[in-house]
Amino acid sequence: MIVRIMGEGQYKLSEDCLERVNVLDNAGVAAVEANDEPAFHAAFEELLEIIRKEGEHLGDEELETSDVIVPPADTSFAEAAAEFSGEGLIPD
Amino acid sequence: MAGMSGRMSTVIKAKVSKLLDRAEDPGETLDYSYQKQLEALQNVKKGIADVVTAKKRLGMQASKLEQSVVKLDTQARQALAAGNEELARTALERKQFAQTELQSLDTQVAELQSQQDKLVDSEKRLRTKIESFRTKKEVIKAQYSAAEAQVRISEAATGVGEEMADVGLAMQRAVDKTDDMKARASAVEELEAAGTFEDLTQLGSGQDDIDRQLAQLGAGGEVDDELAKMRAELGMGAPAAEPEGLEAGEPAPPATPGTPGEEKA
Repeated sequence: MIVRIMGEGQYKLSEDCLERVNVLDNAGVAAVEANDEPAFHAAFEELLEIIRKEGEHLGDEELETSDVIVPPADTSFAEAAAEFSGEGLIPD
Repeated sequence: MAGMSGRMSTVIKAKVSKLLDRAEDPGETLDYSYQKQLEALQNVKKGIADVVTAKKRLGMQASKLEQSVVKLDTQARQALAAGNEELARTALERKQFAQTELQSLDTQVAELQSQQDKLVDSEKRLRTKIESFRTKKEVIKAQYSAAEAQVRISEAATGVGEEMADVGLAMQRAVDKTDDMKARASAVEELEAAGTFEDLTQLGSGQDDIDRQLAQLGAGGEVDDELAKMRAELGMGAPAAEPEGLEAGEPAPPATPGTPGEEKA
């Protein structure tokens, strides 16, 4: 699976890793629904960290299309409301 | 849990397919895509230049304010040493205001720097991808039949298209931030024009406006503290009886000894 973090580039993630990202994605959606800003930021930051640390960074010269696109790290809570809704970034 | 979702993915997909729909012939698609990519790269470079310009402007304002802070502090000391507490107080109030503005400017300069860094990174990524696309496009043209080429071109162009959409968003965020800063810079320039940060020897028109702004600051407590500190440093005791006559903001040279009742502009 290829995941793009907007503004940072693309990463190749294992299914297992993506599964954990999905859990945090759902936590992000729940936090947005509960209007819980700190919980959202906590889930979102952890999600980004997993992708950055455990994903394999794709070279800039690769012309691959991403399966999942994650909003930029400085996404505000208000902006997040548009992205983290329904099934989140990754459909369940 | 496969496939793309989320509004951002949808928007990007739509943008990319719009880009690809333009030309039906593979060769045309290639050249059109490449041309669009180069345009996008130029736009990013322009965006970076805009951020740099805005940052420089704020930086210049900050150094002006720094000078004002130093000057007003010196003047406050001189006024106090001469026993003119009212004048010292006015100078310190102005200094506080200038300091507050300065802090806010510093934060904004740092914010713009971070936007600039991000754009520079984005530009580099996009440039590498476009270069990769250029190489690939020649290979595709040379090696594949039209039908096969179409598929491969779509894949390659979509990959670059996604990067372009990514850079596009980074640019939009940078432009929004830069616009905010430009508005902020204009506001500070207006305050400067009104004489808010000028030293006390140069007070002229617009002083009513300044007095009103100073009154709104509510910096009285901090000014009192600083006055007390200065008094201590100057080896002075408790404040003497308040000198009369010298209104805050009245034109007066900074080092004029406060001779109550005889003060003149």
